Amino acid sequence: MSTETAQTTEVKQPAEALLSKRRKKFITDPLVDNNPITIQVLGICSALAVTTQMQPTLVMAISVIFVMVMANLTISLLRNTIPSRVRIIVQLAVVATLVTLVNEILKAFAFDMYKELSVFIGLIITNCIVMGRLEAFALGNKPYDSILDGFGSALGYSWIILAVAFFRELLGSGSVFGVPVYETVSGIFGEEFSLATNGLMVSPVGAFIILGLIIWVQRTKTGYVEH
Amino acid sequence: MELFSLAIKSIFIDNMVFAYFLGMCSFLAVSKKVSTALGLGAAVIFVLTVTVPTNWLLNEYILKEGGLTWLGESFATIDLSFLRFIMFIAIIAAMVQLVEMVVEKFAPALYGALGIFLPLIAVNCAILGGSLFMATRDYTLAEASVYGFGSGVGFFLAIVALAAIREKLKYSNVPNGLKGLGITMLITGLMGIAFMSFMGIDL
Repeated sequence: MSTETAQTTEVKQPAEALLSKRRKKFITDPLVDNNPITIQVLGICSALAVTTQMQPTLVMAISVIFVMVMANLTISLLRNTIPSRVRIIVQLAVVATLVTLVNEILKAFAFDMYKELSVFIGLIITNCIVMGRLEAFALGNKPYDSILDGFGSALGYSWIILAVAFFRELLGSGSVFGVPVYETVSGIFGEEFSLATNGLMVSPVGAFIILGLIIWVQRTKTGYVEH
Repeated sequence: MELFSLAIKSIFIDNMVFAYFLGMCSFLAVSKKVSTALGLGAAVIFVLTVTVPTNWLLNEYILKEGGLTWLGESFATIDLSFLRFIMFIAIIAAMVQLVEMVVEKFAPALYGALGIFLPLIAVNCAILGGSLFMATRDYTLAEASVYGFGSGVGFFLAIVALAAIREKLKYSNVPNGLKGLGITMLITGLMGIAFMSFMGIDL
């Protein structure tokens, strides 16, 4: 990724700095003010299912970042050659190829993780954030800007699913990243501090409720009101 | 009998929305009115019932390891399953296009009702998810058809129920930050608890 960004900016350098204010906004905007999950309501489909534990969630987040950056770059490079009638199928083909790549890499180097995520890696193809950014941004902007935009949106998505996973794993299994927290607490402070895990958090219901509450907190802070 | 219990299982116990979070995007976006929710739900049932068996045929006779044996003995060791994603999504996009054209030609009234939802469905996770689950679970053709139909009905029930609740919700005073998506997620969670009661049923 770094080589490509270097190449594109070499040409544009007199016109705009590598990380000008406008470009920084591509990354910072989707983090809070225009978050893909909590504000735009995109990409909830494949996100929630993997959030029972932090570890698969992190793998999912990295996969989505990779797919989004590469897909945005590819579509942006091709944007003047794609006829608009067939653009959806071209986008799907590009994204599906990248997702297949991620899937094969996981299968080869992290088979346990591959088994655990099962079909949900494949479902990145239909993740609305990816398609949404390709459609709304990459089709009409230069490659370097598109990379930044894809990276920003994917980061906005990642921190939300990691936050959901943190609460679900902590409350549901009493651990963070597989490290037992509840047991350590009761070990240090004695038996009367032993905490009970909440089974509801491991079930799908927990994800809906945690995400609902995160949205509430986040929207109250930013003052965003949906009509 | 087994097919019947598979249908019940895919509608209620393994519900697309509440057990696997599939199709959440359109589930949240198109559930503001019951009438549009009915349209989208019907379109999803239709497309799932068509695409899951089609993808089953594709998987069984082309993509699976040894699937190409019908071409000759020398093809028996070929494993094309890494092409699954791209082939499934291509089939889904093509089928949706085909369905759209057929419906437009022969049932203009239905096209008017489903029209805008059909293109949306090509990128609905529930459709691709249905095909991927079918492939990982080794169903037979009959089972795949029943599974496609059943999971479509499950999605239909979920989205219509949510739309009905949201229509009533218009008259209640929700805190500002919870309006829209927030309260919808909480409602979905509560509906999920209701659907959890089906989990104990052993079919």
